[in-house]
Amino acid sequence: MNDASSAGIQRRSLDDAPVRVVSARASLRTRLRNLWSRRELLTSLVFSDIRIKYKNSALGIFWSMLSPALTLGIYDLVFSVITKNGYPDFALYLFAGLVVWNMFQNAVNMATGVIVDRAGLVKKVSFPREILALANVGAAVIYFFIQLAVLCLFMLALGRSPAWGFLWILPISFATLYLLTASVAIVMSAVTVYLRDMKHLMEVLLQLWFWLSPVVYSYQHTIAQRLHDHGLTWMYFLNPITPIILTFQRIFYVKTNVISTNLPHSVLNILPQWTMSTFFYMNASLFVIMVVVFLVALTLFGRLEGNFESEL
Amino acid sequence: MTTVIEVENISKDFKIHHERNQSLKERLLHPKSGSTEIFHALSDISFKVSSNETVGILGHNGSGKSTLLKCICGVLQPTSGQIRLRGNLAALLELGAGFQTELSGRDNVFLYGAMLGLSRRNVEAIFDDIVAFSEIEQFIDTQVKFYSSGMYVRLAFAVAVNVDPDILVVDEVLAVGDERFQAKCIDRIRTFQEEGRSILLVTHQADQVRALCDRAIVLDGGLMVANGPVQESLRIFREHLLEDAVELDRTGARAEISIDSVTTPSGTFDVKSGAGLHFDVQMTSHGAYSGNFMMEIFTRSGLLVSRSDAQGSPVNLKPGPNTVGVDLAQIPLLDGVYDVNVGIVDHHGTVMAWREQAASIQVAYTGREGGIVELGASITQQ
Repeated sequence: MNDASSAGIQRRSLDDAPVRVVSARASLRTRLRNLWSRRELLTSLVFSDIRIKYKNSALGIFWSMLSPALTLGIYDLVFSVITKNGYPDFALYLFAGLVVWNMFQNAVNMATGVIVDRAGLVKKVSFPREILALANVGAAVIYFFIQLAVLCLFMLALGRSPAWGFLWILPISFATLYLLTASVAIVMSAVTVYLRDMKHLMEVLLQLWFWLSPVVYSYQHTIAQRLHDHGLTWMYFLNPITPIILTFQRIFYVKTNVISTNLPHSVLNILPQWTMSTFFYMNASLFVIMVVVFLVALTLFGRLEGNFESEL
Repeated sequence: MTTVIEVENISKDFKIHHERNQSLKERLLHPKSGSTEIFHALSDISFKVSSNETVGILGHNGSGKSTLLKCICGVLQPTSGQIRLRGNLAALLELGAGFQTELSGRDNVFLYGAMLGLSRRNVEAIFDDIVAFSEIEQFIDTQVKFYSSGMYVRLAFAVAVNVDPDILVVDEVLAVGDERFQAKCIDRIRTFQEEGRSILLVTHQADQVRALCDRAIVLDGGLMVANGPVQESLRIFREHLLEDAVELDRTGARAEISIDSVTTPSGTFDVKSGAGLHFDVQMTSHGAYSGNFMMEIFTRSGLLVSRSDAQGSPVNLKPGPNTVGVDLAQIPLLDGVYDVNVGIVDHHGTVMAWREQAASIQVAYTGREGGIVELGASITQQ
């Protein structure tokens, strides 16, 4: 700063500096451009959020593993040991679905109240507000990758390898998951400003959503036939997280047909026997839909954003 | 001269909810409960600020000045109209609003810098300047929640003024910190002015506007009532304060007083430095009124030379024309023109009548001293 002042009166000319416009409604393109130009703020917020969360705890970020580990342990105990569903390596099956679900649930849970919680910031500092929700999604992404790493270690320990041939679909599937999570997070963060009990409603909805997704049970083995008989398969697949979970399970659990651990001669059809191209087209089309959904979510957020000040 | 801020027909409406419930249950059960009122915080405001200009925004509480500032900073979206900004803007709206109390001062500098639109590398480059300016070196790695409020504000101010903004927006934050830090802030603002940056200063302290601004905008009830030279705007600001005071007084018992003219027996306000001056203030009162007489003398650059406090100089005005005499026994001022403001205030300090720049005293000085006041220094070796 001292250099600048001693250099004297010469300031760089502002004639060709970019012009920013503040007006009642920003176009979607402006919103995306603003978001992109503030990506550094997004990373700062993600890491400061994580740092704050585990600032004064001895185990730090390992806490983020403890709760999913417990969930996994309990489901494994209940379904595999107590009720004996007969799926071999059931913990791995659970894990493959839970990494997906945990990311979604984590992000949506955190983001739902984020604008209300950070009202002080929202009312005083200028930045694209959706970054707050996206920062929560970013934190969830980091936990997701930690869990994915643990999943890989777990597979090593079990001596299992992923479906190498399907692995290239994983990035598409993850991108789809990210867009879905971000869309829900952004919309919920804005809606909660107007309806404060969204936070509680969302907790209930997420539980329902969880059981509508094939994480704990096997879609193919348990309900596929019944859905098909009633012609309701399409309805089940309206849940956009289902194809993502099925993809992850196909990649990390690998086996579509397994021999039941209860009865040595019965074969369980755990995962759909779809071909690689089916998985690809399913994920790719869902990705395209999610891009549109994400843009709609941003637009909706822009509409709701205008009255934040008088509601916070 | 480039236009850096262009405000075009900005209006901002707020919905005011009465008895409003924000729960889903209440909304479903009583969809129409509570009434909503539209409050026009800003109506059709337009002005421009060029680079190298310091503009004051004046207005009393609720006049819409903070709303206007928030719109310019992009914190609020205007209901209609648009604002075009050139160059980057740093806002001192509420110092430290972006701070995370759980994080250390160091982490907060980086986070706040990111909020103001700086990259990590940029913040690293100015980090030492920020810490030096804030004077909290030894606490920079302490969590901000353990900071005193003074340290908190100093750090925030240090970040904001060190980010090299083209436009600096200041909202009554100069009232914080101890006197020494305040002086440092004012100093920094003056440096900014010399460097040709634009500054937008919101305040209700007329003195600050006089001292720092090239131009002033006055808001009243969401309307822009003045946009011009500081003296002119301050006069309008005071007049609007008066109008509001009269409106507030519903009993109607309050006397209306107008200050008509200020004259000297000789007809001139030219004086020699060190000589005395007598002048008469003619005013018309619409009723008997007992209040205090008040006088301010300013330099042309806006520095307050003297304020004769209201205490102890009561005047009893009778209905009709009145004359109040003012005797300045000695004017030890140096060469220059000095503006005189006169007014009547009541016992609580509320202004009843005011005249900005009622007279201008021209002082002639032939001695060798510089500055504004003659102290009559004589130097002897002992």
